[in-house]
Amino acid sequence: MTDLKPKDFASSLDVRWCPGCGDYAVLKSLHKILAETGARLEDTLCVSGIGCSSRLPYYMATYGFHTIHGRAPAIASGAKLANPELDVWVFTGDGDGLSIGGNHLLHALRRNLDMQIVLLNNQIYGLTKGQYSPTSQKGKRTPSSPGGTVEMPLNPARFAIGAGSKFIARSIDTQAKVLGPILEAARAFDGTAFVEVLQNCVIFNDGVFDHLKDKKQGPDHTIVVEHGKPMVFGLNRDKGLQVKPGGFGLEVVTLEENGVAEADLLVHDETNHALAVALAELGENDGEPTVLGILFREQATEFGKASRAGLPEKPLSMDEKLSRLSATLRAGETWGVGGDTT
Amino acid sequence: MQNGLEHSTATGELPVSQQPEVDYVRVRFAGDSGDGIQMTGTRLAESAARFGNDIATFPDFPADIRAPSGTIYGVSAYSLNIGHTEVSTFGDETDALVALNPAALRKYLEGVKLNGLLIIDTDAFTERAITKAGFSSNPLEDGSLSNFRLLPLEITSNTEKALKETGLSAKDARRCKNMWTLGLVLWLFERSTADVELWIEQKFHKKPDLAKANIMALQAGHLYGEVADLPPDVSRYRIQPAPLVDGEYRSINGNEGMAYGLYAGATLADLELFYGSYPITPASPLLHTIAKLKELGAISFQAEDEIAAICAAIGASYAGHLGVTGSSGPGIALKTEAIGLAIMTELPLVIINVQRGGPSTGLPTKTEQSDLFQAIWGRNGDAPLPVIAPAHPGECFDIGIEAVKLATKHMTPLMVLSDGYIANASAPWKLPDFSDPAYAPFPVEKAKDPTNFLPYDHDPDTMARPWAVPGTAELMHRIGGLEKQAGSGDISYDGENHQLMTQIRAQKLEGIAKSISPQHVESGQTTGKVAVLGWGSSWGPIRVAARRAELEGKSVSHIHLRHLWPLPPNLYELLSGFDRVVIPEMNNGQLATVLRSQMDIEVESISCVKGRPFLVREIAKIIEDALGATS
Repeated sequence: MTDLKPKDFASSLDVRWCPGCGDYAVLKSLHKILAETGARLEDTLCVSGIGCSSRLPYYMATYGFHTIHGRAPAIASGAKLANPELDVWVFTGDGDGLSIGGNHLLHALRRNLDMQIVLLNNQIYGLTKGQYSPTSQKGKRTPSSPGGTVEMPLNPARFAIGAGSKFIARSIDTQAKVLGPILEAARAFDGTAFVEVLQNCVIFNDGVFDHLKDKKQGPDHTIVVEHGKPMVFGLNRDKGLQVKPGGFGLEVVTLEENGVAEADLLVHDETNHALAVALAELGENDGEPTVLGILFREQATEFGKASRAGLPEKPLSMDEKLSRLSATLRAGETWGVGGDTT
Repeated sequence: MQNGLEHSTATGELPVSQQPEVDYVRVRFAGDSGDGIQMTGTRLAESAARFGNDIATFPDFPADIRAPSGTIYGVSAYSLNIGHTEVSTFGDETDALVALNPAALRKYLEGVKLNGLLIIDTDAFTERAITKAGFSSNPLEDGSLSNFRLLPLEITSNTEKALKETGLSAKDARRCKNMWTLGLVLWLFERSTADVELWIEQKFHKKPDLAKANIMALQAGHLYGEVADLPPDVSRYRIQPAPLVDGEYRSINGNEGMAYGLYAGATLADLELFYGSYPITPASPLLHTIAKLKELGAISFQAEDEIAAICAAIGASYAGHLGVTGSSGPGIALKTEAIGLAIMTELPLVIINVQRGGPSTGLPTKTEQSDLFQAIWGRNGDAPLPVIAPAHPGECFDIGIEAVKLATKHMTPLMVLSDGYIANASAPWKLPDFSDPAYAPFPVEKAKDPTNFLPYDHDPDTMARPWAVPGTAELMHRIGGLEKQAGSGDISYDGENHQLMTQIRAQKLEGIAKSISPQHVESGQTTGKVAVLGWGSSWGPIRVAARRAELEGKSVSHIHLRHLWPLPPNLYELLSGFDRVVIPEMNNGQLATVLRSQMDIEVESISCVKGRPFLVREIAKIIEDALGATS
């Protein structure tokens, strides 16, 4: 088999997202990393729910299952449990994954079955034409919230931490340099990898992430964390993160101010759970950067392997199964009638 | 042969009899939910089955785990019919009631026949307990039980006395009173305690002290019958073995039979079984039983909810296993959207609905067969789905296999309608011999060849599409809940194509209708005055009542539907051969409505939704009325 190119992962269907939609960039990154990591078409399964993001499997030349609203993690779990050799990806959105399918996402993350869940978060319901979603900012005016929402938005990374997720990452749709390595790491992770992608909806929520994406502003509003590296950010690389003196949480400091040097900054430790909680929350208040990169990664028991313990080592033949079933049926009390006695 | 009994062991038909206490005895144990009633009943049932009797059981317990003691609603009961003839039902009346407290007596006295035997634990008849049960005076003393044969025994103190030497606390000793009672009842049936002793030893092998105490209590109860001076009107029951077909037997309840049948079906289809489920009464034992088949390769998955349970099963089917999910009415309601997805994606999937009283949460521990509409019609869109139903516990194993066969042959989800009665009731079951042609393998062929591969190409006979599972080279394709282009399986919003696909989905059921065996007559002639048409667990009482009526020379036939949707193609013709068709159902007339919608035939619906199966006398009355109306 010859090496596959990114374009080999694209199906023959025309991609029918709105021109300018952030999903295009995600699809492109996905094609690229699958090719680069040697994925095979027949062993790759993309499962999705309902919504704009959930159309993604149709644009893949792999196996794909476009299921029902919110249920992709459950269907993907069944497929992966049946065939552990498959490389299973779930594509979902803020509505699909966190609203109607919140329960399945919660339990998938908790179980830690080997698969990737990519949540394209555009903070809006796109396919149903612009109602607010569970991640929409408070006060958001939409057709279903003409006076502005009064709900507190949900932070997907915080949700994932609460659910016990062992791999939590965040990226921006168009930042392939951040997203690509995250998708690669997610694919390599032996467990459920949760990747939130901040994705622009060009029609109903255009520009909602501009302050994070803008070439000038963005670097001051985001920080890309990397394991073992000090937490520096800013257009001029002059800002950093420190633990708040005398308390919990993180604060932004400016380098060379008040004697702060790069050596004083926090170094990212992706296995530190408490740090992950703080990083996930960061960006919710003004002046804080939104954290991108792998916020948390910790190897833990993978559900599939754990749940297979006790199954026969090799699949049993039909005869073996029937003979074991016969024995099981006769394991309790049996008795003979007529000539056939036990 | 007495009373026209015919022993026809060659055909597997057992004779039917009207002679209680001669050919069969109906006994009911009743007490507090914590008294071990279910276990006591089950042991007597096993023992009787092992002796060779035909049995039918009816466990009837409250939805509470441990209801407050002494209350009417906390009473747990186990009814058992032990027969030398075919019993088929647990019986309308009770020949012997064992009441371990006043509440049990109060709740079940009404079912005891005139001059029936009452075995009472007098120790439990304290003033407080008598009042709590709602008696205004002590029924043991006020003469209100004069129409019965009373056997008042100090069961609790006798048990304590028997276990005095064991060093067990009085409280623990008292807990063995069910075994003392069982010992006495075994004596009453002229049975030894050996089987039960063996079972106790196995059950408590990690707690030898408890095993010893239970066995001592059992033996003490048995000995009590032997040596005590019992009233002269207490006679023992001598029920000979039933002339069952030769073979090896065990007792089985419907949930166990179904679980094993599903595994057998998946195996014969050359597939691995994947069972996705969420606990619900009365379907949970399916999950428990399949979980124990792990060493045999069965995968069970307890999902976070009903929806995830079916979705995981669909995912497993997509990946090439046989996906199965099981639940009861409320859970099936939650699975509805996913069932539609399985219909749209044409994946094999078996859905077991162990029905209970509805609507909503309804009567969780009580039986009903009121989910027929839900099964046949309860989805959005034109979403046809085959529906089959077992008639009794012993049929569940074969139903499990047939469910797998139809689902894989036609690439369709399928629903099995079991119910709480079938699920929990046990009966003697002839163990299957897998070399029998009835269990011939039906290996499923998955798609492998990329030449002209089209994921939505349909076999003209079965209307099955190819099953191409992820992992197969060069067959990559995408499926989903959006309408599919016939052939290519691509998304299609085209109206003409939707018309075609709707027809294809309907034709799957037409294909099944062609392949199922024609509807037969369960008992009686193929034409006549009255046909009693039933489905599911109303089988037992209909069978007994119809056969008795037939023995009396009446023109009555029993027809029992296993295939509810699609209906057997010859059903109209068969039913047309009767002057009247009556349908007794544990719902408000659902099968009758279905039939009226499908064929130009007059049927009469008789409804009983009382949380229990029909009584034989209720069916007998229905037959009488129907015959009266024909003459």
